[in-house]
Amino acid sequence: MSISTEITIRNVTFKNPVLTASGTFGYGLESPDYVDVSQLGGVVTKSISRKPRDGNPPQRIAETPAGMLNSIGLANVGVDVFLNEKLPALRKVNATVIVNIAASSIEEYAYVLERCEEHEGIGGYEINVSCPNVKDGGLSFGTNCPAVAEMTRELRGRTEKLLAIKLTPNVTSIGEFAHVCEAEGADAVSCINTFVGMDIFVDSRRPKIATITGGFSGPAILPMALAKVYEVRKAVSIPIIGIGGITTAEDALKFLIVGASLVQVGTALFIDPGAGPTIAEGIVAYMERNGITSLTELIGSLDTSLQPSLIAAGWE
Amino acid sequence: MMYLETVAVDYTKEVAENVWVIGFRSARITEVLRPGQFLNIKPDSSYDPLLRRAYSVHRVDGDKIELIYNVHGKGSAIFAAKRPGDPLDVMGPLGVPFRLDGKFKKGILVSGGLGIAPMPILGEALHQRGYDVVNIHGARNASMIVQDDRLRNPHYATDDGSLGLHSNVVQAVEHYLDRDHSNDSVRLFACGPNKMLDSLTEFCANRDLDLKVSLECQMACGIGICQGCPVEMKRGNRKYTLVCMHGPNYDVGDLVLESLPTEHG
Repeated sequence: MSISTEITIRNVTFKNPVLTASGTFGYGLESPDYVDVSQLGGVVTKSISRKPRDGNPPQRIAETPAGMLNSIGLANVGVDVFLNEKLPALRKVNATVIVNIAASSIEEYAYVLERCEEHEGIGGYEINVSCPNVKDGGLSFGTNCPAVAEMTRELRGRTEKLLAIKLTPNVTSIGEFAHVCEAEGADAVSCINTFVGMDIFVDSRRPKIATITGGFSGPAILPMALAKVYEVRKAVSIPIIGIGGITTAEDALKFLIVGASLVQVGTALFIDPGAGPTIAEGIVAYMERNGITSLTELIGSLDTSLQPSLIAAGWE
Repeated sequence: MMYLETVAVDYTKEVAENVWVIGFRSARITEVLRPGQFLNIKPDSSYDPLLRRAYSVHRVDGDKIELIYNVHGKGSAIFAAKRPGDPLDVMGPLGVPFRLDGKFKKGILVSGGLGIAPMPILGEALHQRGYDVVNIHGARNASMIVQDDRLRNPHYATDDGSLGLHSNVVQAVEHYLDRDHSNDSVRLFACGPNKMLDSLTEFCANRDLDLKVSLECQMACGIGICQGCPVEMKRGNRKYTLVCMHGPNYDVGDLVLESLPTEHG
């Protein structure tokens, strides 16, 4: 049985559906001893901004049951250093590179994207309109539907490459946001960025992270993320990149079945930087067990018909 | 080279009040490990606690590794309950080792409480390179002092005077130096609570002494990909250093120690 895990979106063919999530894998170059990045579907870079950013003061992270809070504040080297130093190194290790861009205005998003357009070796872009941890990290965009629409339109006009918009779950109706992205020509939506979360020490009555609230991620958010992907699946027909608490192949399969075409692994990489290829192998094993030869058979194959026992019980 | 491997626990033992040692073997890790580096360890395979825990390597003997820890939370309680043969998921060695080169004759290893962690492996490495080694170790009281007869030239200090000098560890350093008439050039290596590092930093600045510190810091990944463990730098072209990747061992003059968090979850 010949199994294909390839997925093509716009003009990028991903060898498997497992990517690393932005901000959880550095620039893709930090853990060569643990993972061969060419075995990933792709590497989504740390958010790249126009200028280098120091990031937020400590404390930036806190562990929670089955999850964690972070408030890194988009610390990054800036687009110039990224293009001159990080990108060439990523190309050498044969990574499929998706550049995540963060900014505080449409002009700034456009600037970073246009700088990237001058360089070879970039598969596409993921636009971060959903960082909860800095005032200008895009969340002011991400919770404003007309602003997301305008930004998508402006960026679409500037690139022929894959353009994905990374959405925040911290809105009433994520489907409406996905819908405007689709209408303005986005190739995909990434669902989801972190939930806003908070934790405190009861003895000192102080917050556990310096910015008081932060982005909540990890296995704990998986059911909420899956529900967001389900909501977006019903709202749009463009591909979805599913993100949220994925740690195992089974987790990834859930997102694919609900309707994601690709998935991203995030917090799990902090525990095992090599989790991406392991998850990709687990997906292949599942396909073999179930006689599935192409991922397209799996994507969106959720069976929502009611169980006979439930019908008998009057649930229909 | 760094490794991610599952080893088997050899033993755990309580070496002072609420202070435990866990031992295991890894020939691959000991071959590349250097003093001051740490290992990032997953307490068990569950999601709670989720993250790895960073531990300085305490001792190495052949392929044997010892780590030392307090039991103060979910993760360390799981470590303390480990039995011989239990699996341990270990990543490392990580971090930049102590700088052992330089012009000094005597290494003074200053530790407060669990700050003793990197000192035995450091002391042995210095001794092998021909340096004199002195350990000055302090804790609140005698029962919390890690008394280890393998420590080179140990001097103890307790806050309540129940063992060694009745003083804090910085006063003990002062006491030692004031009575040391060897005129040897010294380098201090310190690890312990941030308050202790603060006051030792001030003491060393006043006496123009060379001080290296090993920082303890909550981390998520341990390898620089999450950027969760910043400490502010006094100079250089970037504002923050990442303790996991650029540390945990620093020249104290490079750091803004006040930027270290004072409370851990």
